Amino acid sequence: MQLISCPWCGPREEVEFSYGGQAAVAYPEHPAALTDEQWARFVFFRDNPKGPFAERWVHAAGCRRWFTAVRDTRTHRFVSPSEVTS
Amino acid sequence: MTTPTPPGAHLPEHPDHLWTTAEPRKSYDVVIVGGGGHGLATAHYLAKNHGITNVAVLEKGWLAGGNMARNTTLIRSNYLWDESAGIYEHALRLWEGLEDDLGYPILFSQRGVLNLAHTEQDVRDSMRRVEANKLNGIDAEWLGPDEVAKVCPIVNVSADIRYPVQGATFQPRAGIAKHDYVAWGFARRADEAGIDIIEHCEVTGFATDGDRVTGVRTTRGDIAAGTVALCAAGHTSVLLDMLGVPAPLQSHPLQALVSELLEPVHPTIVMSNAVHVYVSQAHKGELVMGAGVDAPVGYGQRGAFHVIERQMAAAVELFPVFARAHLLRSWAGIVDVTPDASPIVGATPYDNVFLNCGWGTGGFKATPGLGWAFADTVAHGRPHPLVAPFGLDRFVTGALVDEHGAAAVAH
Repeated sequence: MQLISCPWCGPREEVEFSYGGQAAVAYPEHPAALTDEQWARFVFFRDNPKGPFAERWVHAAGCRRWFTAVRDTRTHRFVSPSEVTS
Repeated sequence: MTTPTPPGAHLPEHPDHLWTTAEPRKSYDVVIVGGGGHGLATAHYLAKNHGITNVAVLEKGWLAGGNMARNTTLIRSNYLWDESAGIYEHALRLWEGLEDDLGYPILFSQRGVLNLAHTEQDVRDSMRRVEANKLNGIDAEWLGPDEVAKVCPIVNVSADIRYPVQGATFQPRAGIAKHDYVAWGFARRADEAGIDIIEHCEVTGFATDGDRVTGVRTTRGDIAAGTVALCAAGHTSVLLDMLGVPAPLQSHPLQALVSELLEPVHPTIVMSNAVHVYVSQAHKGELVMGAGVDAPVGYGQRGAFHVIERQMAAAVELFPVFARAHLLRSWAGIVDVTPDASPIVGATPYDNVFLNCGWGTGGFKATPGLGWAFADTVAHGRPHPLVAPFGLDRFVTGALVDEHGAAAVAH
């Protein structure tokens, strides 16, 4: 089974983790000012790269903390050490 | 003592000629990107319904070697909303005459599909879907557990399993077909009409002029195009990124597997949304089973083992007779999933580029219907009424077509 490196707990089996999708999708600073088009982008549109992808993961069956990691979507290989980000 | 008939002995022989290996020409009226089921069906109906034959189908690998070779071949039209009923039922009616249209055996077997309900909410949702189907002229009925056992005696309908079967929806006209034969049949017809089918030709970029695309760049040279039709399924985002067009797609591995060849034991198709497994038995005798998608985005055409393990646990609980079957092989295809589990078909910001993607876990069943409507869209430069509700703009207007219930595959 694939191992995913939790920044707090170290390498653990992937079944302990849940996937959170694309990293660094910030909530709009001025929500009331957004057009429908801008809302659609925020709610529905995410990057879908064939290659390295910065993603959110949560160690759901462990420390239950979130982190960001870069994974290559072609190989499923994690290409950078996990970062502790809020 | 009689010699038993070997599995598959009743299947038709392969024909001598399927399609011609074409060299790319400099220019085409229509370039279809993607030589899977949807691309080939679009080519066929462009020729048949619209007389447009100066067409190339570009395939980066070998013909129909992507999701067309990896799906579980299920065909049904029992979706909830009117928009979905329109396109999927149109497809099912075309399936019913497709063998004659293509002049090629596709082994379409209308053996029916059971969609099991395991909870009170499942029961309510399923009954609602049956009524919605009936209003749309789609064959559908609600069956209690005893009736489920009559349709498919090997389903465990006892009350002592983890998620007991509370009943099921049944669509008798649903079925399976042989996916390779479907692709070959469409390819053969398109080739006969003079359409170039070009394999091992990957699109690496687009030449643009303002709001128009003038041609595609490929691993086999530049090709000018009057109109470009994208039918690239899980790799659609790769192409759209080249065009700078964002789309709400996430590509995931979707796994399926087969057992070894077995005697006929499974007379229909059984799907279970709640425990994430769907099963039919192929003509040769393999049990064909599909899982839910792997959660992370992935282009690797392989999925995680624990997904299959969970799926097998569900299958063995629902079908105790499977416990001693052996897994022969498993694989994954890359499916492009949208936020509302409905496809995206229609216009793009480029005047002469048309989009067909987002079929996610259920594109095979739509093959002829989509090809028919998408060819019309490409020929007339506007969305055909059957695909008009599925435009990219619905994510801005909010007119979503939420089919997470009827899509029946977890994602």
